Amino acid sequence: MADLTRPYDVLVIGGGNAALCAAITAREAGARVLLVEHAPRAMRGGNSRHTRNLRAMHSAPTSVLTDAYAEAEYWDDLRRVTGGATSEALARMTIRASAEATAWAEARGVRFQPSLTGTLNLSRTNAFFLGGGKALVNAYYRTAERLGVDVLYDTEVQSLVVEDRRVREAVLSSKGFPERVRATSVVASSGGFQGNIEWLKEYWGEAAENFLIRGTPYARGRILRNLLDQGAASVGDPTQCHAVAIDARAPRFDGGIVTRLDCIPFGIVVDRAGKRFYDEGEDLWPKRYAIWGRLVAQQPGQIAYCIVDAKAERLFMPSVFPAIRAGSIGELARVFGLDAGTLESTVKHFNAAVQPGRFDGHVLDDCATAGLTPPKTHWARAIDTPPFLGYPLRPGITFTYLGVGVDECARVLMQDGRPVENLWAAGEIMAGNILGKGYLAGFGMTIGTVFGRIAGREAAIYARHTSHQ
Amino acid sequence: MRVTLPISDAMQDASRAMQVCNACRYCEGFCAVFPAMELRREFASTDLTYLANLCHNCRACFYACQYAPPHEFGINLPRTLADLRAETWEEYAWPGFLAGLFRRNGTVVSLATALGIALLLLLTGLLRDPAVLYGVHNAPGAFYLVIPSWAMISVAAATFSFSIVALIAGAVRYWKGTASGPFPGARAWWRALVDVATLRNLGGGGDGCNEQDEGFSQARRWLHHALFYGFALCFASTTVAAFYEHGLGRLSPFPFASLPVLLGTVGGLGMTVGTAGMLWFKIAADPEPGAPHLLGTDFAFILLILLTAVTGLVLLVLRATGAMGTLLAVHLGCVLALFVVMPYSKFVHGIYRGAALLRNAVEQETALRES
Repeated sequence: MADLTRPYDVLVIGGGNAALCAAITAREAGARVLLVEHAPRAMRGGNSRHTRNLRAMHSAPTSVLTDAYAEAEYWDDLRRVTGGATSEALARMTIRASAEATAWAEARGVRFQPSLTGTLNLSRTNAFFLGGGKALVNAYYRTAERLGVDVLYDTEVQSLVVEDRRVREAVLSSKGFPERVRATSVVASSGGFQGNIEWLKEYWGEAAENFLIRGTPYARGRILRNLLDQGAASVGDPTQCHAVAIDARAPRFDGGIVTRLDCIPFGIVVDRAGKRFYDEGEDLWPKRYAIWGRLVAQQPGQIAYCIVDAKAERLFMPSVFPAIRAGSIGELARVFGLDAGTLESTVKHFNAAVQPGRFDGHVLDDCATAGLTPPKTHWARAIDTPPFLGYPLRPGITFTYLGVGVDECARVLMQDGRPVENLWAAGEIMAGNILGKGYLAGFGMTIGTVFGRIAGREAAIYARHTSHQ
Repeated sequence: MRVTLPISDAMQDASRAMQVCNACRYCEGFCAVFPAMELRREFASTDLTYLANLCHNCRACFYACQYAPPHEFGINLPRTLADLRAETWEEYAWPGFLAGLFRRNGTVVSLATALGIALLLLLTGLLRDPAVLYGVHNAPGAFYLVIPSWAMISVAAATFSFSIVALIAGAVRYWKGTASGPFPGARAWWRALVDVATLRNLGGGGDGCNEQDEGFSQARRWLHHALFYGFALCFASTTVAAFYEHGLGRLSPFPFASLPVLLGTVGGLGMTVGTAGMLWFKIAADPEPGAPHLLGTDFAFILLILLTAVTGLVLLVLRATGAMGTLLAVHLGCVLALFVVMPYSKFVHGIYRGAALLRNAVEQETALRES
């Protein structure tokens, strides 16, 4: 049982992958550790419970990864997706440390899948958790409890009292009761702020009311804001978030993977006026998947509709809600409350602009439109075979980029570049140092694992030295 | 293609769960259910029935599920599929008018057990002289002093052959009702046999089942093996004993070191350990992924096997005393009840799961060829 009357060596804020890696590492180093999770036990694990894999460097095939994925290629991939919004030193350190991430996790109860079927074949670069992220979270909690980490659920760390570059105390609300806890070292691993609609509204205005949050509602960014307010260095564009187009019928929070839609390259996407607004076939879907959240967010009412015909139905992964089916475009428009005439005309003009070509959904094929604005540059086929299928789309927010600055020891930096003596950060709260823009599948879990371990180790060392003084 | 309209609550639940699971697929490494699901986009009620019987109830998917309660999707696949499995047993039972026996199955199996024992005790008490019934008999043919050979054989033959016919009829109805495509070849049979013999799908992807919480354990798999192989050894014991009596003219009781007794002893111990352990897990298990209204079915059947095994072992130990007559009546009462209820008890799970594994072997082979 947690005993808040005695100071802890290490206080870990948050209950996801990064927090667990930090808590386990610190405990293994001999520290007395308290992990504070805002969510109830059943919903513990932050966004990690929705993840599926982590990206790991490796020089030869392993039991869970095929072929090889060297540092140079990994770094290239990261530089490309971030467009340079990264710190090369931190990034390369993370990439190198990722080489031992799967073995470390396996030794602490996490199980990986031998290989993967399905549409995205990532088993060369990414190790897949057997049972997904919640199974990983379960395994880590079991290990943490076995090692003797104290865990508090339903408990939010509301603020940290920082004085003279030192965290003196943490203010908690535990099952609604106010508490205070002292700890020699503190690890902030409480995620981004994507679950905080009010905060999103500061940048997106009322449009944020129409955003769906793909992950946990407990990522409210309370400690992130608290630290920034107390002068911590900030990284990442506060206005930016990773957003994909998901099924508009998804729950407001925690819809996770099943609400994703992969139909866009095989159809057209219209706004609520029934008009197209972007090239649906610009590039291979994994490369364009993450731009559609923003595109939909920019449309009036933050809503769009993807329309495919019977030819395309089997080309993409099934999603959780059945498509709206209709015998004609006009009927589909009526179901969606769109102007039937406009939608019929959009489809007619699109179909007329489609040029002959050889369709191949797996490569950039030569099926394109001519004389159409915006064009569809690949996989353009006439939408003419009933039944017609429609999916309503809304922006689905995965995570935010804003974070606190850290050094290579995961120590939190102040705006003047000097560190807070006893505060470390890991996971989404600092991921913006490395992933300042864009997205690389499984990289969030890699950052969380690598920085969680560093933060846990450093926090434990600091606590040990301090207690010896 | 139109999906057959789901009918029951369990069927609707399963249909909804498959929509979620097939869009997620995080559990695909756990067992055969998920790869089988991934071969489909629409789920007819026959597909759902098949998947329900393919599920071995290891519960790994429940604890790994990001959509499990209290998530609003409320996915609880082990419970949903257990409910649907139970509907299968009723739907495909033969003869159809006995299907209702599955509805209050705990009561039915308990009553059958009580009646079986009572019947044997009554008949032996009425038909046999107390001096014989409570006497000490060691000579060959001792058991037949309590119950005549002809009675034992004719009752056993009648009940057992009826049960076999009913079980086969159920399996055939199930197969015709849920499977399409070619008749399974030798490879499919072999694959299904290995799956049954090893309970590969009770492995949760390698580390076993979940019982009380998120932790994995192979215990339930080993307990089921003890029960399954114990049952097989007891069956072998009976077969060998029959051969001794009718082929070699040697009458029971056989010496402790004889093959029938050795097989029966090891088998009986296996069944005892297996059922006792499984009962413990039923009691201690996390009720959340369980199917509460099926507990009666489970408990009654497991208890009946336990009772059969224990009375057999006690009979073996005390066969040279005056208690032999009564113990034999009780033991044979249990065996009679077991044979009679077999097609209308939890026993059928093995039949339908075997059929589901066979179908799975066929379709995975086909999928492999096509890819």
